[in-house]
Amino acid sequence: MSGARLTRVLVLAAAASLALGACAARDQGSSSGDTTGSAAAPSQAADAANPRGDGNAVCSGVSIAYAGTINGNSAALGQNILRGADLAVKQHNEANPNCQVTLKQFDTEGKPDKAPGIVTQVINEPDILGVVGLPFSGESKAAGNLFNQAGLVAITPSATNPALADNGWKTFFRGMGNDAAQGPAAAKFLTETLKAGKVCVIEDDSEYGIGLAGQVRDALGSKASCSDKVKTGQTDFSAVVNKISAESPDAIFFSGYYPEAGPFAQQLNDKGITAKFVAPDGVKDAEFLKGAGAGATNAYFTCPCVPEDNFTDFTAAFKQVEGADPGTYSPEGYDVMTVLLKGIDSGVTDRAAMLEFVQNYDGQGLTKKFKWNDKGELADTPVWSYRVENGKIVNNGQIS
Amino acid sequence: MYPAMTPFLAQSEPWISFDVAGLAEQFWNNTVDGLAQGGIYALVALGYTLVYGVLKLINFAHSEVFVVGAFATWLTFYVLGFRAGVTPELSVVEIILFLGIACVVAMAVSGGTAVLLERVAYRPLRNRNAPRLVFLITAIGASFAIQQTLRLIFGLNQQPQIRLLQPEPLFRVFGATVTNIHVILIVAAVLLWFVADYFINRTRLGRGIRAVAQDPDTATLMGVNKERVIVITFLVGGLLAGAAALFYMMRIPQGAIYNGGFLLGIKAFTAAVLGGIGNLRGALLGGLLLGLVENYGQSLFGGEWKDIVAFVVLIVVLMFRPTGILGESLGKARV
Repeated sequence: MSGARLTRVLVLAAAASLALGACAARDQGSSSGDTTGSAAAPSQAADAANPRGDGNAVCSGVSIAYAGTINGNSAALGQNILRGADLAVKQHNEANPNCQVTLKQFDTEGKPDKAPGIVTQVINEPDILGVVGLPFSGESKAAGNLFNQAGLVAITPSATNPALADNGWKTFFRGMGNDAAQGPAAAKFLTETLKAGKVCVIEDDSEYGIGLAGQVRDALGSKASCSDKVKTGQTDFSAVVNKISAESPDAIFFSGYYPEAGPFAQQLNDKGITAKFVAPDGVKDAEFLKGAGAGATNAYFTCPCVPEDNFTDFTAAFKQVEGADPGTYSPEGYDVMTVLLKGIDSGVTDRAAMLEFVQNYDGQGLTKKFKWNDKGELADTPVWSYRVENGKIVNNGQIS
Repeated sequence: MYPAMTPFLAQSEPWISFDVAGLAEQFWNNTVDGLAQGGIYALVALGYTLVYGVLKLINFAHSEVFVVGAFATWLTFYVLGFRAGVTPELSVVEIILFLGIACVVAMAVSGGTAVLLERVAYRPLRNRNAPRLVFLITAIGASFAIQQTLRLIFGLNQQPQIRLLQPEPLFRVFGATVTNIHVILIVAAVLLWFVADYFINRTRLGRGIRAVAQDPDTATLMGVNKERVIVITFLVGGLLAGAAALFYMMRIPQGAIYNGGFLLGIKAFTAAVLGGIGNLRGALLGGLLLGLVENYGQSLFGGEWKDIVAFVVLIVVLMFRPTGILGESLGKARV
C-alpha cells in the first residue's frame, strides 16, 4: 500500500471512529427498583379512583395500548409500569363483564430512533383509544408529535423532561411531576436535609440528564461548586473522580441513569470520597445497587414517584395478579391506566372523545390528584427521597 | 443524535472549559489512572496490530473477543463462589490463585473465540480469494453476531460487579495515590507486552509471523505454513485480549455487558493506529499515550470531551505521521 493511500485509509478510519464514538449516544432509559420501609409513606386515599368502577360499564372492541420498553433498555422500569397498567385492566375487566378492554403491548425498547415506527403501528390500530406511555424522555420527544397528529391520548407515567410539555402537543399528558419540580426539590434536599454546602453536579449526555442537571444547578446557585459531564456507556471515571477528589464537596448529584451511576459511585468510594451520593429517578433501581457495591451505602435518591409502601390493597393485588413486587412508577402506571379506563366506562368510543375526557378529568388517584392543565401537566406533583438501607432502596420521606 | 446537540443550543453552562489549574492540580493522579487504562488499551491494541500486520485486515470483531473474556472472568468468579456486593476478605495467596484461574480461563476463552472467528468468518473468505472489503464487512458482521449472542444470553444489563481485590493505596508519587490495582495493571501490561514482543521477534513461530507479514507468497515458498501462522496470530491476539479483559474487570468490575467492548475496541484500534498499526511497540506506546491524553483532555476540556480528544489527537498525529508515531513495521524488514 503506497504512503498516500495508507494516509487516506487511516484518516478515513480515524474519522469513522470519531463518528462511531459520537453515535454511541445514550438510548433514553430510566429506572425501577424495590422500595420497602415506610418513613411516612402515604396511605391509600379512600376516594382513589378504582378501575373496577360500578361494574355496569358497557363497551365492546376497545383497546388501550402500553408503548414503551418491555425487553429493551432499562426493561425493569417498563415492566414495572406495564404490570401496574395490566393490574388496572384486569381489575376492570373482572368487575365489568359487559366491558372487556384489551391491553395491547408495544415494545419501543426505550430507543428514540425506534419509538416513531412503533408509535405509528399503535396509531394504525383503530380500536386503540388511549396509550400509557412513552416512559422515557428521549423517545417521548421523538414520537410525541405522531400522537398529536393522530389525536391519540398518550399519558406518560415516567418521562420527566419539562420541555416535553412545551411542544404544543394536545395529546401529551404527564402522570407525575417533571424535572422542574424534581430539580429544585433535589437541591433543597441536598442543602437542607443533607446540609451540603458544596455540591458537585455531574450529568450524562442524555436529554433527561442534561435537563435535570440544569434545573438542579440553577436551584443550588453558588452551592453548585463544581460540575462535569460523563458519557453514556462510560465505565472509567478516573478523571472526573480525580476532579471531585480535588474539590472535596459535601455531596455529589449524579444526573443520569444507573448503568453509569453504578461504576461511578464505586470509583468515588474507592478513591475514599465520603461525600453523599445523590441521584434521581433514573438511578433509583436495584441494578444500581448491584453495580455500585460498597459505593451504594452512601447513596440517596430523589424521585417524582410515590412510595407504594402503604398502598396495602394495591400492593397485595399487585403481588397476587402480577406475581412480582411493585417497583418505581408501578402505582403511576396503574393510576394513568385507571384514568383511561374511566373514559371507556363513561361511554367514550373514539379518540376525540377520549382526548376530551382526559382534558377534563378531575379525580383522586392512588399517588396523587389527577387534573391536567392545558399543557398536560399536573398541579399536584409530589417528589420523594429514598436512601439505601441494608442493601435495599427505602423511602426517606417527601421532599416536595 | 440530537441529545448531544442540546448543550450547544440551550445550555447556560459553557460548552467547553479550559481548566488549566485543574489539569495541573490533578496531573499526577490522572497520569497514574491514564497509564492503567492505557495498559488495557495497549493489550487489546496488540490484537488489532498483529492481525493487521499479517492479513492487512482490521479485525473489528476483536472488541468482542475482548468482551467475551470479560464475561469469562465474571463467570469464573461466579463459579468460584463469589457474588456481587462487598469485596470479600481474602489472603494474598487466595487472591493470586483465584485471579490466576480467572486469567487462564479468560485467556483460553478469548483465544478460543479468536481462533473460532478466524475459522468461521475469515478462512472461508480467504479460500475464495474474497476482496479485502468483504473481510471488513464480515468483521463488522461477526462483531454484531457475537455482541447480540451475548445480549441474548446475559441480557441488557451489566452483570452485577464481583471484585476480589479491593483497591488499597500503596504509595504516593508527586501527590498522586497509587493503588495496588494501578501497580498490577501497569506492570502486567508492560510485562505481557514484553512477552509478546519476545515471541514475535525472538522465537521460531514469531519469525514465521513476521515472514508472512512481509511477503506471504515467499514465506510459503520457504516452507512457512501460512494458514497455521494466521491461526497462531489470531490466538496470540485473543490470549492478550483475554488477559486485558481480566485486568479491565479488576479495574472496572461492571465491565461484563454485551456492548462493553464496542467503545473500548475502537479506542484500542485507535491506539494501534496512533502508534503505527502493525507495530508492536507502537501498540504499547499508542495505548499508554491514549490513556494519558484522554484523562488530561477530560481535565482540561470537561468530561464530555474524553472521546473527542482521543480521536482528534489521532487525526492530528496522522496528518504529520501518516503511518502512526512509530510507523508501520511488522511487515517491514527493519523490525
